[in-house]
Amino acid sequence: MDKLTKQQQRKHLLDRAAFGATPAELAEASRQSLPAVVRRLMGRPDTLPELKVVDPETAVTKRGLRGMVRDGQLDRDALKERIRMNAEKVRDLNLQWLDRMASGENALREKMALFWHGHFACRTMGQNPLFMQLYANTLRQHALGTFSDLLMAVSKEPAMLQFLNNQQNRKNAPNENFAREVMELFTLGRGNYTEQDIKEAARAFTGWQFTLDGQFVFRERVHDEGEKTLFGQTGAFRGEDVIRMLLDKPQTARHITAKIYRFFVNETEDKKRVDELAARFRKNGYDMADLMTHIFTADWFYEPQNVGTHIKSPVELLAGMRHTLNITFDQPQPQLFVQRTLGQVLFYPPNVAGWPGGKNWIDSSSLLFRMQLPNYVLKAADVPVRPKEDGDVNTEALARKGGQTFRTTVDWAGFEESFAKTPDADLPDALAAVLLPLPLRAEQRSLIGKPNQPGQTRSERIRALTTALMSLPEYQLT
Amino acid sequence: MNRRDFIRQSAFTTAGTMLIPQFLKAYEAQAMGQTMAPSGKILVVVQLSGGNDGLNTVVPFRNDIYYRERPTIAIRPENVLKLNDDIGLHPAMTPLKALYDEGLVTVINNVGYPNPDRSHFRSMDIWQTGSDSDQYLQTGWLGRYLDKTDKARPYNALEVDDTLSLALKGDRLNGLAVLDPKKLYNQTRSGLVRNLSQQHDHDHETVGYLYKTLAETVSSAEYVFDKATVRSTMATYPAHELGNRLKTVSQLIQSGVATSVYYVSISGFDTHINQPGQQERLLKQYAEAVGAFMADLKAAGRQNDVMLMTFSEFGRRVKQNASNGTDHGTASNVFLIGGGLPSQRVLNEAPNLSDLTEGDLKYTVDFRQIYATLLRHYLGADDVAILGRRFDALKLV
Repeated sequence: MDKLTKQQQRKHLLDRAAFGATPAELAEASRQSLPAVVRRLMGRPDTLPELKVVDPETAVTKRGLRGMVRDGQLDRDALKERIRMNAEKVRDLNLQWLDRMASGENALREKMALFWHGHFACRTMGQNPLFMQLYANTLRQHALGTFSDLLMAVSKEPAMLQFLNNQQNRKNAPNENFAREVMELFTLGRGNYTEQDIKEAARAFTGWQFTLDGQFVFRERVHDEGEKTLFGQTGAFRGEDVIRMLLDKPQTARHITAKIYRFFVNETEDKKRVDELAARFRKNGYDMADLMTHIFTADWFYEPQNVGTHIKSPVELLAGMRHTLNITFDQPQPQLFVQRTLGQVLFYPPNVAGWPGGKNWIDSSSLLFRMQLPNYVLKAADVPVRPKEDGDVNTEALARKGGQTFRTTVDWAGFEESFAKTPDADLPDALAAVLLPLPLRAEQRSLIGKPNQPGQTRSERIRALTTALMSLPEYQLT
Repeated sequence: MNRRDFIRQSAFTTAGTMLIPQFLKAYEAQAMGQTMAPSGKILVVVQLSGGNDGLNTVVPFRNDIYYRERPTIAIRPENVLKLNDDIGLHPAMTPLKALYDEGLVTVINNVGYPNPDRSHFRSMDIWQTGSDSDQYLQTGWLGRYLDKTDKARPYNALEVDDTLSLALKGDRLNGLAVLDPKKLYNQTRSGLVRNLSQQHDHDHETVGYLYKTLAETVSSAEYVFDKATVRSTMATYPAHELGNRLKTVSQLIQSGVATSVYYVSISGFDTHINQPGQQERLLKQYAEAVGAFMADLKAAGRQNDVMLMTFSEFGRRVKQNASNGTDHGTASNVFLIGGGLPSQRVLNEAPNLSDLTEGDLKYTVDFRQIYATLLRHYLGADDVAILGRRFDALKLV
């Protein structure tokens, strides 16, 4: 592939920094300067609508509900019903976030938040929609702030403290899970700390707890106030001190920057470049807006070897498809069905290490399903595939019936408008330029670009070509 | 419609076949149809998802603690299908007891791993990848078996399902998920898929990877479909999901498909509430399906070439809960059936219910010892390379 044209550059940017673009957005971005486009992508945190499926004032957790049963305020059937409703709300939160990603508003922020959801992977426990709602909004609020603030805020999220068992981490009875993952996954990476560091950090994190209504609390009576020695320093450290020590370490900047690079630039790390980016990141106080602006305005970001190398995650694929064609689903269940079948359900990462990503997304069945997805979504076809049950009674709300029946509304008129002046013969390439990261190859053009069927209207032809292009393996890439 | 009719009706086929590069044809033909295991042995893994209650599956019917901790859900001694003086099978498992009496079943008690995780997804991860409990691996143990085998093809490890489990995902190669060979084959017959699978882009690595996967899918689907129709089994299987899936496995084995590992799962074992009825129904399905499967293989003279292994991601707590159910626990039992193992035995001691860790069983056999034994002594593979280190083999043979 040769040097990218301006339109290809804008497409690459919008694919990586957002969830793709509509033809109109791509055309507009191609008329603007790069800094202007990047600036607009950054958005503003104050314009970010919160995800909201429960009211923090009235939400009751499973444990709270059990208490109500004991007090006689609720009978057992009502309890079951309330627990079921809670599970459904986690599902609704999933769909609400997906809607935000597909909307195209605050797109870079939502994309970063999705990245952070994989990094600070946290899975819903006991069907607690309130905790997941707080967690998701924290990721989104801080997604482009400083990593320092994000790390501190996420580490104090009830969802995270619960998921990593810090409620059980007490003076004289430490639970090291939280301390270990904070170091291994959130900051330093494996091999950059000792078991002693973890033991001592766990002691420092004792007392970091949460209340049932979703507040972080520091409980002094279970906090170990003794001296701890970690990373060669000794003091009566608390959790905040450990977080600060971790942020002081260049390795934290290196680890986070490398992960950002692999997600946004290229799965194959350019060591020297990541070193430079990491140094800059740390020097600028872990300012993520600065780091991302720097990446997206760098010439090397647009080098051909960085284009078409990222395999879209299932959520990126779904949100991107919806955004490009302004698709709405008449029923919620099919979107969960797609997430489950392809292996990425929001709020249900496989483990605290997040989704492995990259080539892990692709095997025979997932690739075939991805290639057929445009048919299901755009032609409302019934799907002959069924995802596995995970055997967990708590995830039944995700697996409810109706997932295989796709009924969607597609804004074809809005999409077609952008191609009103495109000559018929140029349609395959013009559509490909909007939908695919790489130009059509000759054999692909001859495969999908066959001349008009007799009686096919221009609109029908655009729809047929679009469906075919989205079914190409290249559509899985950005 | 048989395959030839189907091809005739497929408008793209002629053009498609012509487009296959010669070198690729030669490669596919050469690699096609080779098994991985030099011994020709076949492993069938049956996964019980949700955490099967091991103590009510293999019941310690002389143990007072068992009856004390499970006042309403314990299996009464008179109902147990006795294997020896201490333990016996759940009464719904008559067909499995019959196999045991024929000398085809080995029971391994107390299987688990250090620092057990009680969450479904994490513990299943650990079982499927063969990792330590504080380690996150992105490949499965059977996927790595593919990786480490020369000239392996996706269909050498086959999951009878619509989606592929982590267990069968390798670094270099993935297994193949196929619920119904004909359905998968038809999916790969669309003009677009067929044509694209013959296109190759070598200067772009990720694109190349997708096209390579597609080409492998198309050729594997064709191979399995072609082979699967060679022989169809006449045997009767119970009409439920697991029965159907094991029937498919048997059909593929008897047709001579070059698959060394099959993977099947059955779900619903998360019995927090009203366990007895639910577990009985599932264990009955399991035992019926396995009974039919082994009878079928025996009739074909294959019961010594095929070993079926059954596991669940964890057992359940010793003490029942307040809802006539049980909560997530730790160690549990594993069954090995067929495969030419020595007759009729319970490999190791029954669970010690008076020595628990926070109310949970202590494991005495690491599940990776079973994997290592099967890989090395049954499939003839390099267990250390696949599992990342040496685990002591069990004395199975």
